[in-house]
Amino acid sequence: MCGIAGLIHRRKTGDVGTEMTSMLKSLKHRGPDSTGFALYGQPKGNELVLRFKVAEQDEMLKGFDIRREVKERRAEVDKRLQELGAKIVKEEEATEYAFRYRIAFDGDRRKLADYIEDVEGAEILSLGLGLELIKDLGDAERVSNQYHLSGFIGTHGIGHTRMATESDVDIRSAHPYWAYPFADVSVVHNGQLTNYWKGRRALEHRGHRFMSNCDSELIAVYLADKMQQGAKLDEAMKDSIHELDGVFTYIVATADSLGMAKDVMAAKPMVLYESDDFIALASEEVAIRSVFPHEIDTWDPYEGEVRVWKAEGRA
Amino acid sequence: MAQRSMQMGMHTEKLSGKTQQRFFSPTEEENFLYPDGYDVDFNKRAEFDAGPLSPQEINLKLRELMGQGNGTIVMHNPGAKHSVAVGLLQRLNLHIKGSLGYFGCGLIDGPNISISGRVGWSCAENMLSGRVVIEKNAGSTFGAAIRGGDLVCKGDVGARVGIDQKGGTILIGGRAGAFCGFMMQRGRMIILGDAGKNLGDSMYDGTIYVGGKIAGLGVDAVEGEMTDLEVQWLERKLKMYGLEAPNGVKNLTKIVAGKQLWNYDNLEPTEKKIVL
Repeated sequence: MCGIAGLIHRRKTGDVGTEMTSMLKSLKHRGPDSTGFALYGQPKGNELVLRFKVAEQDEMLKGFDIRREVKERRAEVDKRLQELGAKIVKEEEATEYAFRYRIAFDGDRRKLADYIEDVEGAEILSLGLGLELIKDLGDAERVSNQYHLSGFIGTHGIGHTRMATESDVDIRSAHPYWAYPFADVSVVHNGQLTNYWKGRRALEHRGHRFMSNCDSELIAVYLADKMQQGAKLDEAMKDSIHELDGVFTYIVATADSLGMAKDVMAAKPMVLYESDDFIALASEEVAIRSVFPHEIDTWDPYEGEVRVWKAEGRA
Repeated sequence: MAQRSMQMGMHTEKLSGKTQQRFFSPTEEENFLYPDGYDVDFNKRAEFDAGPLSPQEINLKLRELMGQGNGTIVMHNPGAKHSVAVGLLQRLNLHIKGSLGYFGCGLIDGPNISISGRVGWSCAENMLSGRVVIEKNAGSTFGAAIRGGDLVCKGDVGARVGIDQKGGTILIGGRAGAFCGFMMQRGRMIILGDAGKNLGDSMYDGTIYVGGKIAGLGVDAVEGEMTDLEVQWLERKLKMYGLEAPNGVKNLTKIVAGKQLWNYDNLEPTEKKIVL
């Protein structure tokens, strides 16, 4: 089933960490397997935020000598960053196996991503100026506490509660997906894509990489490919309505925008609240009510609808 | 009653054989009585705050208040929770101040419900009789498989309104999404705004009236001619809920089943075997 949610402060920043946690907690019944957040903070100059993991949560519980391996993998990542000329400004251990680095780097981001992900067990969750992508097993409260998301100040965010149906219960199959190799682009999705393998093979031929067998990853890579060819976000999304097959509602976020698209069958739910200052959307209104307890006007976007909103107050 | 509804063009099929043709009669008192129903007084009124309650607790609270004889209940702060006010099988005046989530007012038979906010997906699914009036918008599958009663949304609704509708009236003040009236079998649907694509797809019977533009008709859905009796009925029905057709009732587009699909073959499968 899965639950998706997103919000954007159009003219200012807010505690998007707490707000997204509340929304995703309300959607727990739609999928308790894993929870993910893509939060957009204020960029700090040209410094990139790199979120990556070097092991799965499950491995930490079962893997033999896994802690030594994690240490070695992380050291290898550090070494490769240095080799490519990236300077680590600040490093934090979000968990034993997931890390957050602030790096100074103005080289080829795709090359950087490929080189790091070549390290055994390493996966880049996000790379961007403002994007911070956090995902792990468990419900929203657990993941939010684990990664200290309360008090995360930013302009917008998207999130996902996952009911695994098409692939494994692990972090790599959890949403959101970063639209590799594009900095600051992330996607969450509710539905099933029926032309996943066909689309995946075509995109792999074009040089894109897939980290999971989850059909939702296709949307992120598809949009990235379209934008790489010069399409604007809304143009890429409009194309996706006809080129992605299946039932889907997805939310996409970029450095300064939030967008949603619904397939032509309108088979997956989405409720939308829109005001001059704030947009909130979710699979169920109860999630929007968790940040707006008073009476508000909401509605369902229609079949084939694509909407994009901009954070005008973004620095 | 059956003859009158046929004269109005609401349905044209003549059922025979093992299928029994039965119509709901509001004058039959037994239609409103279930063995475990509550004896309520409509002049006795109670109010409660649903904010701190779970959906199950809200539904139990409604039963508790009906058990105390309250025939008019006002619910505050439902907070878009799911499956609220379901399975109400008797006459009751219920005023909901706020919005409901999914499956609100499902499986009801008899109550008169007003909702000041919005409703999520599948509102009043399988409703048998009574009245539900929503002041704002509604989600998809609004009034799925309803058998009777009036279901009214004064705002816009999502896709698949009245899918598998088997009776009753669905009235929408604004626009509606795609696939409305899919496999509709009987009853009336009135959409005063625009209707999405595939309207009335594979409908068996029943009638759809549209005031705005139709994005596209579904398989075997065709335009029908409006009768004077229908015009009178539509005018009365819209007036009841304070709604108006944008260009007048006479200019509503009427959609009915073309009855050209395979299932309208006169021969039963066993007969077909013999013939062929």
